[in-house]
Amino acid sequence: MTTSTPPAVALDGIWKRFPGVIANHDVTLSVDRGTIHAIVGENGAGKSTLMKTLYGMHRPDAGTVAVNGTDMHMKSPADAIAAGIGMVHQHFMLADNFSVLENIILGSEPAHRGVIDAASARTDLTELMRTVGVTLDLDTPVSELGVGERQRVEILKVLYRGADIVILDEPTAVLVPEEVDELFATLRRLVNDGTTVIFISHKLDEVLQVSDAITVMRQGTTVASVAPADIDRAGLAELMVGSELPTPGGRTTDIGETERLTVANLSVVGADGRLVVEDATFAVRAGEIVGIAGVEGNGQYELCTAIIGLRPATGTVIVDGDDISTASVRDRHDAGVAYIPFDRHREALMLNSSLWENGLLGREASPELSTGPLVNIGAARSSTRDIIDRFGVLTPNETVPAFALSGGNQQKLVVGRSMITEPAVLIAAHPTRGIDVGAQAAVWAELRDARDAGCAILLVSADLDELIGLSDTLLVMFDGRIAAEVDPDDVSPAILGGYMTGATTGAAS
Amino acid sequence: MTDTATTERPTGLSGLLSRITTGSNAGSLRTSLTTVASSLAAVAIALSICAVLLLVTGKSPVDAYSTILETAGDSNKLLEMLRRSTPLIFSATAVAVGFKMNLFNIGVEGQYLFAALIAAEAGSRVSLPAVAHIVFILLVAMAAGALWASISGILKVYRNIHEVISTIMLNYIALSVIQWLFENFFRDDTVEGLNVKTTIIAESGQMPDLVDGRLNAMFLVALATAGAFWVLVYRSRFGFRLRASGYNPNAAEVAGIGARRMIIAAMLISGAIAGLVAMYSVIGETYAYGPSATPTQFGFAGITVALLGRNHPIGIVIAALLFGFLDSTSAVLQLADVPNSIVKVMQSIIVLAVVVVNEATIRRLNARTAEQMRAQTDSGEAS
Repeated sequence: MTTSTPPAVALDGIWKRFPGVIANHDVTLSVDRGTIHAIVGENGAGKSTLMKTLYGMHRPDAGTVAVNGTDMHMKSPADAIAAGIGMVHQHFMLADNFSVLENIILGSEPAHRGVIDAASARTDLTELMRTVGVTLDLDTPVSELGVGERQRVEILKVLYRGADIVILDEPTAVLVPEEVDELFATLRRLVNDGTTVIFISHKLDEVLQVSDAITVMRQGTTVASVAPADIDRAGLAELMVGSELPTPGGRTTDIGETERLTVANLSVVGADGRLVVEDATFAVRAGEIVGIAGVEGNGQYELCTAIIGLRPATGTVIVDGDDISTASVRDRHDAGVAYIPFDRHREALMLNSSLWENGLLGREASPELSTGPLVNIGAARSSTRDIIDRFGVLTPNETVPAFALSGGNQQKLVVGRSMITEPAVLIAAHPTRGIDVGAQAAVWAELRDARDAGCAILLVSADLDELIGLSDTLLVMFDGRIAAEVDPDDVSPAILGGYMTGATTGAAS
Repeated sequence: MTDTATTERPTGLSGLLSRITTGSNAGSLRTSLTTVASSLAAVAIALSICAVLLLVTGKSPVDAYSTILETAGDSNKLLEMLRRSTPLIFSATAVAVGFKMNLFNIGVEGQYLFAALIAAEAGSRVSLPAVAHIVFILLVAMAAGALWASISGILKVYRNIHEVISTIMLNYIALSVIQWLFENFFRDDTVEGLNVKTTIIAESGQMPDLVDGRLNAMFLVALATAGAFWVLVYRSRFGFRLRASGYNPNAAEVAGIGARRMIIAAMLISGAIAGLVAMYSVIGETYAYGPSATPTQFGFAGITVALLGRNHPIGIVIAALLFGFLDSTSAVLQLADVPNSIVKVMQSIIVLAVVVVNEATIRRLNARTAEQMRAQTDSGEAS
């Protein structure tokens, strides 16, 4: 009989395009009823976009979504909920000052003549908790609950609304190990009762431990569907990061002898008092690209922002022989440190401002672009025109607002602004994230040109092809430490994936 | 995935506020014309709503509006308009400096009253040659206003207290401090009766009249301040950093613009300009500070004028003139048996209409720009 049961969720040929970027293409997914189905992939692989499609938060540009064998055209999450799909977001959406009971029934309150029927809700919930094997005091305010308990409230809330397909977005990201075990036990009981669970993660151990089936996403599409019994961690890592190794690099000049950027014993303390960067020591020479690989959140962001002076750190940072360990962001910039930020919207652009004002940002004190205390608007505009011409930013002129540009062109402007000053050291964080292939090639070409001109480049990227292709030396960050140094000419994504996920250790220089 | 949507903008209340306050600064001629047109449309809408209100209360809107129009031909009324717009220009400029980096200085009221008392007292105690005396008093007023505003700036930077809360609270504290200082130290005991004041400022410290008894030269200082504001905000490096901090504080930090310094600097400048609000009265009319003689409420009116003027100096001057004109008509309206509170209602409705109409205009402008760009660049983009 089971063979004739249609899959709980079937996606076929899903495309989702945002201005300047294709977030999903050719996505195909089939989730069997009563199973835990994991979707794994790097950040930016398109997992979240796919889940938003499934939960009705946006409509796909092409492709079909079928739930229990019926084609769906969901316009909003309300349609998804009506179809029995529930979603537990990574960031909980609970009202802190409400009790557990109130939070669960919020939005679907059982009412009797306009009065909330708390008694019947309590009976239903007690029964539900018994089935799922969760114990919670329904009268406790959510503000007094721990993270794991809050997550259980979210799951109960979804189930209370009648969901039989539950999507969990990175559910373990916020949990400590014991809580992870409890969550998995709960999920197991859920599927035994016939609920279908879709589990999004990039933690390979957990995925292999808990799921019945695994779909791997890479660069916006589903690349493989495997059973956990048929694959090991290394195999999964290889699928996740891709095995093709095109070479965007290829160098014609030699790496210089002088160290332009020297980082020694750099440590950063995070908000929770834990070390988020621990004792990082490395050097980048003139004309060298040092790549940093790592799963996002292992200290790369903190390392970069510490080097540019945005974040307090201990240790030494030396640029061209000058110790700038205690210098301000501006002084480090003046010493020759340029930065291409991780998130251009958050850290690089004033979206409502014109391109020339964006081009000026960070350079407003330079003598060429100012007249005494005043901004030299003519010079600033012509300098931005130079960036536009040299870096191929597609725009009619320099007065249009930045938000009107596509993601790729915004990024070219940001990259151009960082490179036009011919910095000694360039910290390039995800320089090609979320941009199309053409823009990616243009940015790569610029990085190569800067390197050939003697710039020392620190390249952080989630794109292993980019890292392997461009880097002369490749460092792997895991849990705040530089876990390994590898030769990019002699490394496979599988080996790299092992270091990145902490499966392989050692070999650090 | 924040990097997928290129037109992503802040949403919700904070987004709306930041758009009201910082606006869109992508300035083409067409954009400016659209903005002006939308402001005019907003005023027209407000006049229509007020007409309905007048009808409902049994008054004739035709009478009311014709009375208002008639005043426009009266040169004395026009001088009154300039006089009344003077404090509004200062107050709105002070508010706009803060708005440029998303700081809401609701405390102009307390800052200018504090400054008025301190400057009046200081001015009465020194004897200086004519021009120097006036300059001295203005500088003291600016310093006192900046001092009072700096409290909120420091609280925000070092204690993370939102400036809306602290500036509002400091308004009340200012009133008490002023009263205490005045009653115990600064009051001129030779004056009897209700009209108590500080000691009269000597003639060398009195601002000359442009038109005898009707308008003094503080109006010119107000225009100069609006001009200085324009240079500072739109042409100077400091102003660029100020606006950058307002548009995207994270990007500004990455570019080496320290948010803390900018907050303190913005509050100091805002407070210094606020310090000049009541000077047209203190050194131009009463030549002293007095609890009943020195005008109040201009701090709050400045917020609405700044909003109406889109935080741009030219807009602020025009908006202040409009509000000054409406204020100057209230006496005439009273004579025509129209409740003069309709003027306040009209001012409020104008501001509301401007906010609503501008929000719609900006959305349409932005959508149009994005659409044009996509059409122009799509063909050249690999996808």
